[in-house]
Amino acid sequence: MSDGSNKSGMTIHLKIWRQASGASKGAFFDYTVENVLPEMSFLEMLDILNETLVQKGEEAIEFDNDCREGICGTCGLIISGVAHGTHAGTTTCEVRMRTFKDGDTLTVEPFRAKAFPVIKDLVVDRSAFDRIQAEGGFVSMNVGSAPDGNAVPVPKTDADNAMDAATCIGCGACVAGCPNASASLFVGAKISQFSWLPQGDPERARRALKMVAQMDAEGFGDCSNHGECEAVCPKEISIQNIARMRREFVKAAVKG
Amino acid sequence: MADRKLLDPKIPAGPLADKWDRHMMDSPLVAPGGNRRKFKVIVVGTGLAGGAAAATLGELGYNVLNFCIQDSPRRAHSVAAQGGINASKNYQNDSDSVYRLFYDTIKGGDYRSREANVYRLAQLSMGIIDQSVAMGVPFAREYGGTLANRSFGGVQVSRTFYARGQTGQQLLLGVYSALSRQVGAGTVKMFPRYEMLDLVVVDGKARGIIARELTTGRIERYEADAVVLATGGYSPVFYLSTNAVNSNATAIWRAHRRGAFFSNPCYTQIHPTAVPQMGDYQSKLTLMSESLRNDGRVWVPKAQGDKRRASDIPEGERDYYLERRYPAFGNLVPRDIAARAAKVECDAGKGVYNTGFAVYLDFAEAIGRLGRDTVSDRYGNLFQMYEEITGDNPYETPMMIYPAPHYTMGGLWVDYNLESTIEGLFVAGEANFSDHGANRLGASALMQGLADGYFVVPRVVASYLAGSKLDPVSTDHESFKEVENDVRTQTQRLLDIKGNRTVRDIHWELGRVMWDKVGMARNAAGLQEAITKIGALREEFWQNLALTGADSDLNKQLEQANRLADYLELGELMARDALMREESCGGHFRDEHKTDEGEAKRDDANFTFVSAWEYTGENKEPAMHKEDLVFENVELKTRSYK
Repeated sequence: MSDGSNKSGMTIHLKIWRQASGASKGAFFDYTVENVLPEMSFLEMLDILNETLVQKGEEAIEFDNDCREGICGTCGLIISGVAHGTHAGTTTCEVRMRTFKDGDTLTVEPFRAKAFPVIKDLVVDRSAFDRIQAEGGFVSMNVGSAPDGNAVPVPKTDADNAMDAATCIGCGACVAGCPNASASLFVGAKISQFSWLPQGDPERARRALKMVAQMDAEGFGDCSNHGECEAVCPKEISIQNIARMRREFVKAAVKG
Repeated sequence: MADRKLLDPKIPAGPLADKWDRHMMDSPLVAPGGNRRKFKVIVVGTGLAGGAAAATLGELGYNVLNFCIQDSPRRAHSVAAQGGINASKNYQNDSDSVYRLFYDTIKGGDYRSREANVYRLAQLSMGIIDQSVAMGVPFAREYGGTLANRSFGGVQVSRTFYARGQTGQQLLLGVYSALSRQVGAGTVKMFPRYEMLDLVVVDGKARGIIARELTTGRIERYEADAVVLATGGYSPVFYLSTNAVNSNATAIWRAHRRGAFFSNPCYTQIHPTAVPQMGDYQSKLTLMSESLRNDGRVWVPKAQGDKRRASDIPEGERDYYLERRYPAFGNLVPRDIAARAAKVECDAGKGVYNTGFAVYLDFAEAIGRLGRDTVSDRYGNLFQMYEEITGDNPYETPMMIYPAPHYTMGGLWVDYNLESTIEGLFVAGEANFSDHGANRLGASALMQGLADGYFVVPRVVASYLAGSKLDPVSTDHESFKEVENDVRTQTQRLLDIKGNRTVRDIHWELGRVMWDKVGMARNAAGLQEAITKIGALREEFWQNLALTGADSDLNKQLEQANRLADYLELGELMARDALMREESCGGHFRDEHKTDEGEAKRDDANFTFVSAWEYTGENKEPAMHKEDLVFENVELKTRSYK
């Protein structure tokens, strides 16, 4: 932990995408933030920038964020061309300024995809993900119907595999990182999670068919195995989940 | 005061263990089918309590409107809970039982919670695990395929279920999946990016809300037969807290202004293990799960002002003060005790880090005993998170931690049916005051949120709908117009100030007052000072707020300004409540009331009650009412974890 005594700070130049609304045209605007401390988060630097803008009577830059600890999946910026920045395994809110150098110039853009229309500045609409979930991202288990928690044993490795897939935070970086803007990693992770568990078995075919169909309907592109999704995923969700989704889908389609 | 009301908690008659079943037997029902569809229920919030309530009401066939401020219900702040969820399953054969979980929760809450509610919570805890497992929540398991458990503070059994360090996330995604299914089925209509800005009361009953669509600023009216608030707690009144930056108290505070009493606002939980504050640019503090205290040892140097690195301080010169002071529970004492103990050490000049406001949480012994892999398996993501923030590797050097505002036990007053003092307004999860008394035990928030959401709200709301005469109401009703007008007026008022101080600037100042005077230790002079300062700051806010942008657009500064307006009132109420409560209990510690050993000293003769504050108007002193707490099953004792 920094001893906090370094008060000099860095100067960071920013080229930030601003767009008044989804209907209007956007452009990059230049800003400079002084006295950026290494232990600051990237979003705290943007907070400081916004403070100075408001004090000057200008509109603050809008960006989505909430938990600021990498778990809610709300934040998501393209920092210098990479979704959530170049530091692996972190969300935008976890990016610390110590990963940059004094005098750096960084571009900041929203997650770009046809299925993620811009709302304002750096804020996009990711409700397509919710609509995919509503098609089958669940086990149909009404409250009251559940057997005892230990009634169905689940091998530890299966539970661990399900958990690996379930850690997806639904941020959309996989879509933003993919040259085709495919949502396959997101959908694959959810289908995989349930495919590892006995609880997910009764609906596995229906789930795979309906979620994949909705993914296509939302205008996401196809997966062509670039692997960018896995590279930018802040939770390091494995691309094997896409392979697993394909197997589930093909099995379901063959069964009819 | 002659007009003080004694509130009736409507606790059902009969033995503790039978109350809930009997109550359900005695409550009216709505028959399945078309009748349920005719009833419309508004649920605000999509966390464990709100999302589960909305999904379950949808499953039962009610017509549900579910609102959340986030862009998706999956992002509610329950997602950030780390360590686990308690349930009295006794899977570990270590003498756990419903009664023990009930007893531990009553004791952990320092005997300031309602027996009947807590017993029900313990009863329902088991069904939560069953339900979540059946929905595909990937809890940690043993090699034999059974569910794994860990220990949490304040108890001597292993009853905490977990999914690595992301239990809240996994349980919330379970809730979200149930909700998604109902959205697909058309029983629940979701309203993401909507903020409730007021409650509409018609003929004394909660009949709707006024909400702002956050991307366009549209103010909209929604009517219903009942309203459920599950909007979380109010820790961000401290500015720096472990909560998400958009977590806020606006829904419950506006309901309070419309007549819902606010209970025990001074009961706040300062969590002992968060990453210490590093600078005044910070936007939040990050929690390090309590589960870490299973294997981590808390210590400070024995000598004051010892500036050596942790690794250079020999074993004999370290003070493992929790193990020393509380040998029976050691590092696993309840949160309030662990937090205060850290403050005592730091105030005595033994704190570490350049600020002196941090203590060590050391895993060297655990890594030696269990191996790095096992420690990584248990806490890997937390260690990684800590390293991202601080740049330090906790496998090599001890973590530094300090207490941080985390959870609020206070909230809107509710009776046994989770109904507030406004008929038809139900409050669930952290937003109500009900189950945790003056201190919440670890892994109990998830339990309460889901117990309320899956099991209690669906049943009590159904009884209300079946048993009440509810005339149809339209959003053209005069009350809707009036309340909408109030909302519009306040928004315009905020935009018209055109002053010099930003929302953050004023909120930061409020936070410092709250932390210094209404934080881990409080006294009469400090609380009086806080009341004066907050009043002055409120005035400053309404005269000198700098706000840009418009109301007809996505404008987060405006959203935060609205929330801060409420915190500036709520903060004062917290100080008033703390001043009134001339005792120390749980998270409420008054310097004037402590034992010779520095422990909290309750005054059961005079303070075995729930405070319930009534809003009386802007800048007017609120009126306090009471609910006496009656203990028929548990004997009130001085809490001891020694």
